[in-house]
Amino acid sequence: MAGFDYSDDVMNHFMAPHNMGEIENPDGIGNVGNPKCGDVMRISLRIKDNVIEDIKFKTFGCVAAVATSSMLTDLVKGKSIEEALTITNKRVAEALGGLPAVKMHCSVLAEGGLQAAIEDYRKKQAEKK
Amino acid sequence: MGFIYLDHNATTPVRPEVTEAMLPYLGGMFYNPSSIYSPARAVRRAIDAAREKVAAAIGADPRRLYFTSGGTEADNMALFGAAYSMYVKDRRKIVISKIEHPAVLESARALEKRGFELALLPVDRNGIVDPVKAAEIIDDNTIIVSVMHANNEIGTIQPIKELAEIAHKHGALMHSDCVQSFGKILLNVKDLGVDMASFSAHKIYGPKGIGAFYVRQGLKLAPLQYGGHQEMRVRPGTENPAAIIGFGVAAELVNKDFESGVPARLAAMRDRLQELLIGRVPQTCLNGNTDRRVPNTLNISFAFVEGEAMSIALDRMGIGVATGSACSSGDLEPSHVIMSMGLKEEVAHGSLRFSLGLENKMEEIEKTAEAVTQVVERFRMMSPLYEDFVKSGTGGDICKQN
Repeated sequence: MAGFDYSDDVMNHFMAPHNMGEIENPDGIGNVGNPKCGDVMRISLRIKDNVIEDIKFKTFGCVAAVATSSMLTDLVKGKSIEEALTITNKRVAEALGGLPAVKMHCSVLAEGGLQAAIEDYRKKQAEKK
Repeated sequence: MGFIYLDHNATTPVRPEVTEAMLPYLGGMFYNPSSIYSPARAVRRAIDAAREKVAAAIGADPRRLYFTSGGTEADNMALFGAAYSMYVKDRRKIVISKIEHPAVLESARALEKRGFELALLPVDRNGIVDPVKAAEIIDDNTIIVSVMHANNEIGTIQPIKELAEIAHKHGALMHSDCVQSFGKILLNVKDLGVDMASFSAHKIYGPKGIGAFYVRQGLKLAPLQYGGHQEMRVRPGTENPAAIIGFGVAAELVNKDFESGVPARLAAMRDRLQELLIGRVPQTCLNGNTDRRVPNTLNISFAFVEGEAMSIALDRMGIGVATGSACSSGDLEPSHVIMSMGLKEEVAHGSLRFSLGLENKMEEIEKTAEAVTQVVERFRMMSPLYEDFVKSGTGGDICKQN
C-alpha cells in the first residue's frame, strides 16, 4: 500500500524548504528528472576553492521530492566537492527520518541533481583551462 | 472553521438519520433474516423495505436489485458474469471506456488475460465517449459494453443511452457503473437502457461496504460466488442488515435532496470555485466538460506544479482534496482519466479534484479558493518548469497536446 505518513522532518522541509531558489551566474548547474514522471529538479552551485559555498534548488515534484531536495542542500553546503559526492540518496532519506517505501525513488532525484551540477562545474573548469 | 472536506467523490459523511436507522441492527435486531421466527422475519421485512427504497431511487424493479459489498463487487459481477455467461456464448470481446474506474478496468484486464479480447473506447478532449467512435468498435463479437454514467475524477456524464442502443443493435449487453452519478443527478436505469448497473451507498451519505447490482428482467448471469439462496443466489451469503437498511435510508433521502434543490446549490458553489480559481490563477486548465458534468465535481490542472505536493499543503491548511497525480498512487503515471483527454504530462500531474457535498458552505469555497491560489503560487516559485515557462515567454495552449 502507498503510505503517506511522512516524518516530521520531511513535513518541516516540505513546508519550509531550505535553500530554495537559484544562484545567479552559478559555477555549476544540474537538471535531472522528467516532467512525464512527475519530478524535475534543478540544482545550482557556487564553488570556491573546491568547497560548495552555496547551493540552491528548484523542484517540481511531490512532498518527498521537495523535502529530499531541501535536505540535500543542507547536507552539502560548506562541504568539499569530494565530500559532497559521497552523499547518497539513502543518506538523504535517513537524515529526514526515513521516507515511505513508495517514495524512495524521489531521493534518487536529489542525488542525481547534485552529481549533474558538479559534473557541469567540472566541465566548465576544464573548458577554462 | 473545522476541516473543509471537498472529497465527496471519495466518500461522504454518513447522515445521522442513516446511522440512527442502522443502530438497532447492530444491537438487539441481530437475527439472521433467513430464519423463520418472528424477530428474524422483522429483519427480513426491513431488508425488503430497504431494497424497495433503493430500487425506487434508481427506477428499478426491486426484484432485480441485489445487494453487494459495494460498487467494486457489482462491477466485477457485471463483467465476469457477462463474460462467463452462456447468454453470450461464442463472443470474445469486452468493450469499456478509457476512463473507467479501476473496478471495471481491472476486471476487463483480468478477462483479457484469460483469453477475452479487450477494446477501449476513447474520450474526447472534454472526457466524453463519442458514440460515433464507439459504433466503430462495438460489433457482433462484443459480449458487453461497460461505460460509467459519471466519471469519478472529472464528473463528466456519458451518453449511456446512445451507447446502450449501439450495444443492443449488436446483441451485446450494456453495463454502467452508476456509483458516481447516483445521488448527484436524476437517474433511471430503464431510461438509460442498461442491462446492468452498479451502485454504492457510501457515495450517497450511506455506510461503506454496501452496494447494489441491478440486472434487468430476463437476464441471467453466472454469479461470482456460490452459496445459499440469499439475494436470489445472484449474490449468496448472509446479508448485512444494518448496512442494507442504512443504504435504504440514504437512497430515500437522495430523492428528498433532489426535491429540495440540493444539486443546484452544490452547482452554484462548484461554479463559484471554478470561477475563482480559473480567474485568479493563470495557466490553469479545466478538466472535463462544463455542459455534461455532475453538479458537485470540479477538476482543475495547475500547470508546472505537482498535485500531491499541493494536496498535502492544502491538508496542512485544513482542506481535503484529491489529486490525479502519479505521486499519490505509487506508480509513475498520472491519472489515466486525465491522460486520456490528451493533457500534457506536466499539466496532468498538477490536477486537483474538488468534490462538494451536502455540508459544504459558500464561505468554505471562498477560503479554499484563497488557499489554493496561495499554494499554487508558492509551488510555482519552486518549480523549474515554471521558471522555464516564464523565461521562454511562449504563450499558446498549455493545457492540451497537439
